[in-house]
Amino acid sequence: MATTTTKPETLVGKRIRRREDPRLITGTATYVEDIQMPGMHFAVIVRSPHAAANIRSIDTKKAAASKGVLAVFTGKDTEAVGPVPCGASLPDLRVPHHHILAMDRVYFVGHPVAVVVATDRYLARDAADLVEVDYETLPAVADPEKALAPGAPPVHPQWPDNTAFNFHQENGEVDKVFAEADVVVKQRITSQRLIPTAMETRGVVAEWRGAERQLNLYSSTQIPHLLRSLLAQMLGLEENRLRVVAPEVGGGFGSKLNVYAEEALMGFVAMKIKKPVKWIESRRENFLCTIHGRGHVDYYEMAAKKDGTITGIKLKIIQDLGAYHQLLTPAIPTLSVLMMPGLYRAKNIRADIVGVFTNCVPTDAYRGAGRPEATHGIERMVDILAAELKMDPAEIRFKNFIANEEFPFPTATGLIYDSGDYAAPLKKALAIVDYDNLRKEQTEARKQGKLLGIGISTYGELCGAGPSAALPVGGWEAATVRIEPSGKVTVLTGASPHGQGEETTFAQIAADELGVDIDDILVLHGDTNLIQYGIGTFGSRGTAVGGTALHFALQDVKVKIKKFGATLLGSDDVSFSGGQVICNKRGNTKSIQEIAAAAYRGVQLPPNTEPGLMATHFWEPPNFTFPFGAHIVITEVDRDTGAISIRRYVAVDDCGNILNPLIVDGQVHGGVAQGIGQALWEQAVYDDNGQLITGEMTDYVLPKAHMMPWIESGHTVTPSPVNPLGVKGVGEAGTIGCSPAVVNSVVDALSALGVRHIDMPMTPEKIWKLVTGSRA
Amino acid sequence: MNITLNINGKNYSHDVEPRLLLIHYIREVVGLTGPHVGCETSLCGACTVELNGKAVKSCTIFAVQANQASIVTIEGLATDGKLHAMQEHGAQCGFCTPGMIMASKQILDRNHRPTDDEIRHGLEGNICRCTGYQHIVNAVRAAAAGAGK
Repeated sequence: MATTTTKPETLVGKRIRRREDPRLITGTATYVEDIQMPGMHFAVIVRSPHAAANIRSIDTKKAAASKGVLAVFTGKDTEAVGPVPCGASLPDLRVPHHHILAMDRVYFVGHPVAVVVATDRYLARDAADLVEVDYETLPAVADPEKALAPGAPPVHPQWPDNTAFNFHQENGEVDKVFAEADVVVKQRITSQRLIPTAMETRGVVAEWRGAERQLNLYSSTQIPHLLRSLLAQMLGLEENRLRVVAPEVGGGFGSKLNVYAEEALMGFVAMKIKKPVKWIESRRENFLCTIHGRGHVDYYEMAAKKDGTITGIKLKIIQDLGAYHQLLTPAIPTLSVLMMPGLYRAKNIRADIVGVFTNCVPTDAYRGAGRPEATHGIERMVDILAAELKMDPAEIRFKNFIANEEFPFPTATGLIYDSGDYAAPLKKALAIVDYDNLRKEQTEARKQGKLLGIGISTYGELCGAGPSAALPVGGWEAATVRIEPSGKVTVLTGASPHGQGEETTFAQIAADELGVDIDDILVLHGDTNLIQYGIGTFGSRGTAVGGTALHFALQDVKVKIKKFGATLLGSDDVSFSGGQVICNKRGNTKSIQEIAAAAYRGVQLPPNTEPGLMATHFWEPPNFTFPFGAHIVITEVDRDTGAISIRRYVAVDDCGNILNPLIVDGQVHGGVAQGIGQALWEQAVYDDNGQLITGEMTDYVLPKAHMMPWIESGHTVTPSPVNPLGVKGVGEAGTIGCSPAVVNSVVDALSALGVRHIDMPMTPEKIWKLVTGSRA
Repeated sequence: MNITLNINGKNYSHDVEPRLLLIHYIREVVGLTGPHVGCETSLCGACTVELNGKAVKSCTIFAVQANQASIVTIEGLATDGKLHAMQEHGAQCGFCTPGMIMASKQILDRNHRPTDDEIRHGLEGNICRCTGYQHIVNAVRAAAAGAGK
């Protein structure tokens, strides 16, 4: 039997190489599309080419007779399948019934209408082209502000005002502070629709094992357990007869934090054809039919005193919801409201949200989910206020930050910020760029006609959901630690990572607590038949909630290890360290391996102790965690072309204690790339007929290696008191801190030309018009 | 049509439909699932393989066009169980990784001492949505430094 080796040093906090990498760099990881099964068929979905149309008829005869075709299903066949669920609840929320295949009307381009199942993907595709759908096209509306205008085409005929909900929140004396303000600044700020674009598109393999009454469903998802619970309801299947597996998942960014029509549809098909079926989303389908993010038009007003003290904020959000509610669609803008004060003390706030139906694919959680919009808004407004008062943008932030001694800080929006030293990352970032000299350099550059900009943003974010009261699906996470009879350690986590490196960080946590070598630890996830239960990885919660559940499961198992050790050593006075139970009097030891062997052999049990050596812990946090930070971006604008070049990008993030700096830096880099993408290039564009103009990678501009600056990252460390690991979360930080820093920088560059605000994406054309317009 | 080709040092011969894409031939007929399909339009580079010594996007080549060709996929990079210098990759979700490594190998095959700019431009045809490219650029640098030893 192999031995379990002990190790003297701690691993938490070190740049440990990722344990996921060997399978990824050798091309041997198994993603959904890599799964092959005997008798497997391939499904292709027929989708609406119209944004709004009545379906007069569907003729599937030619398709059904096509070579290799086993079955064709339409909405009539799947009518009994339950609706695609919305997990969010808001007062008086209008929830359209979301059939998995369209019934008599389609609501957006890409709306699934029929599914063709054939022996291979090429034949299925051939047959899909033979499905004849007779549409009566209807007027569509793709712009949320146009959708609210009188006489706009109704997305859902039963609700002619296209309004899904109105939401209002208010605190303090808003009217009073605005009436008494020395200065009030106002700005319309948009946060455009974005396409999440995980590199692996969605995909599903479903296998019905009729004799066992068991449906096995493999999906590229962030939430295997929630998906199982909700799909079981949709399909009318007992929950324990449905196994959901999230194999290797090629990125999610929130777009796979959902329950999609196609997941239920493949379950339905497999149960009908009694053969395994595979559906792999094409990139075009991914752009058309997987949720989009953002989609805000925000109207801000900010009241302040002459000295720059912010006294009140008003915000009206017009949220483009798309045609339906996906899992969390209407809840996303409420996160923007929660975070609207940012890092500032402002106690008087008023927020209104109008949730608007459009003939577009639904919006939902995309990296940051409501919080980038809030941060973009407040950080733009603070800069606009600073410009109005002719104050330095760093100075106005220092003036309004919540002070260190005010934590835990109750916000005007009902949150309690856990801990913070908000000035620290900004001070550090200012020092890195040598701010005072940089401003002098800028003054000189301007004299030479150069458009050099310095942009600052500071951000706070809400991470680590729950507690359960804050999350409709349960705000906790679960972990099991199973010490095998050989002493090897298996960790089962309900957090279902998909690129975040939790197989590494969780192994670091377990190795340190148990005092064993990291190679003796295996972290498993993503299979509902294997893992006790779980919520999933999203909202920067994996480590803060899932890691903490693991921490407590490790404490539970350590209690048992000590009990067994004490019995084997014949002593009540023992301690546990370095993978050994030590008798404090005599100094003799029992290793974790000897203890595990005894625990499973079961002949020398401590009193009132069961055999075996494992523990499961479900942990619900008492509060969210609130990471924060400061980003500074130096840009230069080319007067002749409008092109923006980023000369320096400095990100100083405080995500609490850092388990693995290599992984944390990687998360920041990736987040910043998506933030720069939004600031400069990315935008989902629908035309007036609801056709997605940016429907392929050819038209939707994603950041590539040569377009990205070098990111200088730094950290401050303010541990969270919410969990014993002191961690806060970092998955979305880069994205949230980024876009306002970039926009503030470019506005700063153009401020001498009278530019006060620029909406994203800041394309060269838009910038060039601003520059040349100012010359005219 | 019958095609004969060599993949990772092994000869294959199959009767294939003319419209079968090379990526589907490699993944589904030969069973090498390292190269991935990310976009179907030769923009993302997840399907990159080496064909007759050049990195190509196998999602926009027909299998019949690779008749008589010699192909290396990510699975064929390691020699005698030893990973290629480029297989020190800064991965997150890993989906782009096989293509990214094949493109990076070509950068180093052509230029043993690439600058950061040359690395970044060499990776123009490969999209990663997770890393912001920084750890990948570092990995290519490290491989270049290692190969120079």
